[in-house]
Amino acid sequence: MDNIKAVVIGSSSGGINALSFILERLPADFKIPVLVVQHLHAESEGYWIDLINKKSNVIVKEADNKENIQEGHVYIAPPDYHLLVDYDDTIALSKDEKVNFSRPSVDVLFESASDVYGTRLAGIVLTGANDDGAQGLKRIKEKGGITIVQDPAEAAYKEMPEAAIRKSKTDFILSLHGIVEFLKKSNIKIR
Amino acid sequence: MEDLTRNQIKELLESLYDRYGYDFRDYNTAHIKRRLTNRMTLSQLSSSEEFRNKVLEEPSFASLLLKDLSIQVTEMFRDPSFYQALRNTVIPLLKTYSFLKIWHAGTASGEEVYSIAIILKEENLYDRCLIYATDFNQQALDKGREGIYSDEKIQENIKNYRLSGGEGSLSDHFVYKYNKIIMNASLRKNIVWANHNLVTDSVFAEANLILCRNVMIYFNKDLQNKVHNLFLQSLSNGGILCLGMKENMEFTEAKDKYMILDKKNKIYKKKYQFSNH
Repeated sequence: MDNIKAVVIGSSSGGINALSFILERLPADFKIPVLVVQHLHAESEGYWIDLINKKSNVIVKEADNKENIQEGHVYIAPPDYHLLVDYDDTIALSKDEKVNFSRPSVDVLFESASDVYGTRLAGIVLTGANDDGAQGLKRIKEKGGITIVQDPAEAAYKEMPEAAIRKSKTDFILSLHGIVEFLKKSNIKIR
Repeated sequence: MEDLTRNQIKELLESLYDRYGYDFRDYNTAHIKRRLTNRMTLSQLSSSEEFRNKVLEEPSFASLLLKDLSIQVTEMFRDPSFYQALRNTVIPLLKTYSFLKIWHAGTASGEEVYSIAIILKEENLYDRCLIYATDFNQQALDKGREGIYSDEKIQENIKNYRLSGGEGSLSDHFVYKYNKIIMNASLRKNIVWANHNLVTDSVFAEANLILCRNVMIYFNKDLQNKVHNLFLQSLSNGGILCLGMKENMEFTEAKDKYMILDKKNKIYKKKYQFSNH
């Protein structure tokens, strides 16, 4: 297995709790950049991001356009913008049409990240009540990346994890705790 | 279908530029790739070679692709907090002018420029304004000039109009007929619609207020700097520049030339420059 260069996470209903659980448990020396799409209402404010940031050992922030993707940072898609990774390792935001009735869309992030990182990407689908992320996770798998889905039995909403599992072969089906352990292990490999 | 590589994307954009003069070479590759891939799927093309040949040999296909690449998703009163800031922060400054020119760059199908016109009207400023609405997509411009839109999003538009501090009624500004919204002629009379390409054309007109929202978001840094330079030359001293909510001046060369009027809503005021002559 190649060293992981980036982690992408997609979540929807119930996602803020799941994200808090994972991000607050990442160690201070966690190097791998994490990019996150959480479905939100277009006008929602980012208080929850500040809250997670305060409780975390890594830097959790809303993504800015053209920002360099850095170690130890977690970038959250702003409401009403798609979040993409560009080839020069920078963030690209877009106001394009909704995908899967969503902006930001998990598929858009996953597909663009898989283009840039290929085998060195891990994609994680968490709780949600739609099927965004399934197509994107399939693409990550096709390009040789690692695919992880939150155990639907544990997820607050199981539709999104189940859709992802149905669409392609998933490498790991894990509890939130298991996902944290996976991330910690991946981090040790690159240190 | 073949997955487009970075080099194939580059070659496609080169072909489009060499053959037709439309320049997308300095756009974000990730963004362009999504749109090219959509076109490949819709037109059932299997390889980049087939794609490129079709661009070179069929002008009608090239113009379809141009439309794909230039499409701008826009709505009336989208980002209500911006329109509120326009009302509260920018309008009082504009009221000091006896006559003013406004340039709305990248106007697309015009929903934004009508939103601005509505605010100007409600603030009794409209009759003192000349508004240039420009885009390089002629089809979108024609749609804007007509000012006829579907009623699909009207409930959301009305909600956003209220959220932006609109105290009248949005429906005062259009006529509703056959499920269409027809903007009032009184909103259209001071708007000049013109074809202008920010990437390849030079200064368009002098302006006291320039709005260019979510257009440069798709450009790479060099192209952003180039367009910022264009705006600097076009803006009068003390003129105002409005960008999209996620378009940070911080990463551009132009940042020292402006002071920040509203950080969240990305509203900037050009500093006074004194000539050496």
